[in-house]
Amino acid sequence: MLEQLSSHLQWWESSRVLRGRLYPLSSPSVFFSTHRTLHAANDGPKSLSDTPPPRRPFSRVTEEDLTFFRTLLPDRTITDPDLLESSNVDWLKSVKGSSEVLLRPQTTEEVSQILRYCNSHNLAVNPQGGNTGLVGGSVPVYDEIVLSTSLMNNILHFDDVSGILTCQSGCILENLSLYLEERGHIMPLDLGAKGSCQIGGNVATNAGGLRLLRYGSLHGTVLGLEVVLADGRVLDCLSTLRKDNTGYDLKQLFIGSEGTLGVITAVSILCPQKPKSINVVFLGCETFEQLLKTFQLSRRMLGEILSAYEFLDSECLNLLKTHLKLHNPISDCPFYIVIETQGSDPNHDEEKLHNFLEQAMTSSLVVDGTVATEEGKIKALWSMRERITEALRHDGFTYKYDISLPVERIYQLVTDMRQHLGGRAKSVVGYGHVGDGNLHLNITSPAKNPTLLAAIEPFVYEWTAKFQGSISAEHGLGLKKRNYIHYSKSSQAVALMGTIKAMLDPNGILNPYKTLPDNLK
Amino acid sequence: MSGRVLVGVKRVIDYAVKIRVKPDNSGVVTDGVKHSMNPFCEIAVEEAVKLKEKKLIKEVVAVSCGPQQAQETIRTALAMGADRGIHVEVTGKDYDTLGPLQVSKILAALAKKEEAQLVILGKQAIDDDCNQTGQMTAALLDWPQGTFASEVALENDKVKVVREIDGGLETIKISTPAVLTADLRLNTPRYATLPNIMKAKKKKIANVKPADLGVELTSRMLGKYRGVTGKRKERATQQSRVEEWTILPNIHRTIL
Repeated sequence: MLEQLSSHLQWWESSRVLRGRLYPLSSPSVFFSTHRTLHAANDGPKSLSDTPPPRRPFSRVTEEDLTFFRTLLPDRTITDPDLLESSNVDWLKSVKGSSEVLLRPQTTEEVSQILRYCNSHNLAVNPQGGNTGLVGGSVPVYDEIVLSTSLMNNILHFDDVSGILTCQSGCILENLSLYLEERGHIMPLDLGAKGSCQIGGNVATNAGGLRLLRYGSLHGTVLGLEVVLADGRVLDCLSTLRKDNTGYDLKQLFIGSEGTLGVITAVSILCPQKPKSINVVFLGCETFEQLLKTFQLSRRMLGEILSAYEFLDSECLNLLKTHLKLHNPISDCPFYIVIETQGSDPNHDEEKLHNFLEQAMTSSLVVDGTVATEEGKIKALWSMRERITEALRHDGFTYKYDISLPVERIYQLVTDMRQHLGGRAKSVVGYGHVGDGNLHLNITSPAKNPTLLAAIEPFVYEWTAKFQGSISAEHGLGLKKRNYIHYSKSSQAVALMGTIKAMLDPNGILNPYKTLPDNLK
Repeated sequence: MSGRVLVGVKRVIDYAVKIRVKPDNSGVVTDGVKHSMNPFCEIAVEEAVKLKEKKLIKEVVAVSCGPQQAQETIRTALAMGADRGIHVEVTGKDYDTLGPLQVSKILAALAKKEEAQLVILGKQAIDDDCNQTGQMTAALLDWPQGTFASEVALENDKVKVVREIDGGLETIKISTPAVLTADLRLNTPRYATLPNIMKAKKKKIANVKPADLGVELTSRMLGKYRGVTGKRKERATQQSRVEEWTILPNIHRTIL
C-alpha cells in the first residue's frame, strides 16, 4: 500500500509543484513525457549563484533626482551611507549592494510619483519590505534606489464578521497578528521572521510558513491587492470579496512576483478565527519512514484540527544545544516532529490528541514525545523548530536550499548530500515543512567557500530535477536562484514570464537582475 | 525513615496568560482561562522525582487542594514521575477563601498521616505571591524548614540546604523530617514525556475531604478588595478600558 501511495504522491507532488494548469492533469503519461524534455532544454550558461550579471545601462542618481525626491519625501530621502548599510545587506549577510538612496514613502500616491519619475528617468528601483528574504532578492545588486515600505504600516480596515483585513503593505506580520488576536482572529500565515517581515514582502514572495498545511497559500487567502506599476499607474484590485469572477484575476500575477512586476502598496487578506484550543506535540522517531507513517496517522486521526507538521533531524537539535543552549525536551532520537493542532473545543481536541498519541506509541511509530497545552511550553516547543535558522547562523556561513520533493524522498536528499560532500562541510542538516513536501537543506562551513559551493551546486538542483521537485519551494528565486529556474520550469513557461515582464515593465526598472534568468530575451 | 516525600502542587492561571480584571472588581477572570501548575510547584516536583531517581527516597506523593480541576494538576505531577496523588476536595465558598493558613493545616495533617520524611513545596504561588504556606506548615508540624532552596542534598537523616537570601547564599543543615520550599534555580523541570503521560493515567489519585483530616477551613479574613491604584484608577471606570490593564491589581486584606 505504501508503494501505491508513494507513486501516487510522486505524481501528485510533481503536478502540484509545476502548477500544471497548462498541462492536462487527466493523463499522467502525457504529463511525464513533457516532463522529461524539461531538463534537456536547459542549456543556458550555469553561472554560480554568487555571480551577479553585469550592470545594465540604468541612469545613475544625480543631484537633480535627489532634489525631486527630497521635495516629494522631505526627511524621508536617506543618503547617509551608515543608514543605508542595513538596506544594502541581506539578513544572511551574504549579498551586499551599493545603493546610495533610500526612499521611505508613506502613501500609495508617493510610491506612484516615485515610480513615474524613475521610469521616465531610467532609474532602477529595488522595492524592500522587512529585508528578511533568503535569496538575495530584497537588497540592491548595484546602485538601485531602495524603495522601502516600512512607513506604510497602517491598518486600514478590519471586518470581524467576515474576518477580512485590509492594510498597507508595510505592516509587520507580528503586529498584524497581535492586532487580530485582540479581535479573535489570526493571520493565515506564520513564519520565523514574523517580527520583521512585512505583509507586502510576504505577498510578493508568496511566503509559505508554518500554517500553510491548514490555511493554504497566499494565492488563496489574499483577496485583493493595490499595486503601483512600473510607470506609476496605480492598479486598484483591492477587493474584499470572497468570490469575484469578473475577468482575469490580475492579483495572482503579483503574488510571488518578487517585486519585479509592480510594487504592492496595500493588501486585503482573509483571516481565520483564533482557535480556542492550541496544542503542540514534540515527538521522536527512529526512522524517516516512521515519521511519514506518523504523518499519515496524524492526518487520519487529527484531520481537521491538524495545523502544522514540521520535522527536524538530530543534527539540528545538536546545533540548537550547542549555539542556543536549548535542551532536548525528550530523549535523543534521529528525527523529531513538531505537530500543532488548532480547534474550537479544548476537550474534543485533547481527546483526539490522546487517541492519536496512544496509537502512535503502541504501534511504535514514535519512541518518545511530550505534549504542551500551556502558552509558555508551546512557545518553548515551537522554538525548537523556529530557531534552527538562528542556530545555523551561529554555526558558520550557511548555504540554504529550499526544496519541494515527493514526501518520501525528502530525507534522501540530505543523506545523499552528506555522502557526496564527505568532510568538506561543517554541518549538513535537514528540517522543514514535511507536511507540505518542503525540505530546508542547510550546509554550513566556517567561512564562505567557493569549492564547497561548487560541490553543492549543481548537484542539489540536478538531484531535485531528477525527482521533478522544485528548486525553491517557498523562498523564491531572488538573485541567488534566478538562473536555476529551468530545473523546475519549462522554457516555454520562462519565455512567457519574460513576455509578461516586458509588457508590465518595459524599461526593466523594477528589481532588476532578480527572479528571471540572465539568458532571457 | 519512611522514604516518602509529599509535594504540594497548586493550580494557577498560566503565567503566559494576559490577566483580565472582572468588571465589578471582585476578582480576575478565570472562566475559560488557561490554568497550569504553579511554576515553583513544578520545580518542587522535579526535585522530589530527582531524589527518587537517585534512590535517596522511595515514594513521591503529589497533593493538591481545590475543586475537580485540581486533579489535572496532580496528573501533570504524576506524568513528571510522582507515584500517586491525593486530591483534597475544597469547593465553593471554602475554595474562595482558601489561603496559606488553611492549606498548611491540610498539608500538616497529611504529612503526619502519610509519615512523610520531607514536604517539598514551591516557595510561593504566582497568583497570590504569599510565600507563607511552607513556613506555616513547618511551624504547625514543629519541623525545621529550608526555604528558598537553590540546592538540596540529602545526607543520611540530615538535609543540607543552600538558601537564596538577600545577602547571597546561606547553607544550613537541618534534620528530617523537614519542610523545603523550592526557589527558581533549584532545577529545570522536565517535560512530561509520552511514556510517562501514558503511565500516569494508571496511577492512583485518592480523594480526601478536609473534614476527614480534622481540618477546619474557616477563614479569618474579613474580606478582599481588588482595585487598581494610582493613575490607572481614572481609566478603571471606563468599561472599555478594563481590558487594557497590564498591571496586576493590588489585593488589600484585613486579617484579624
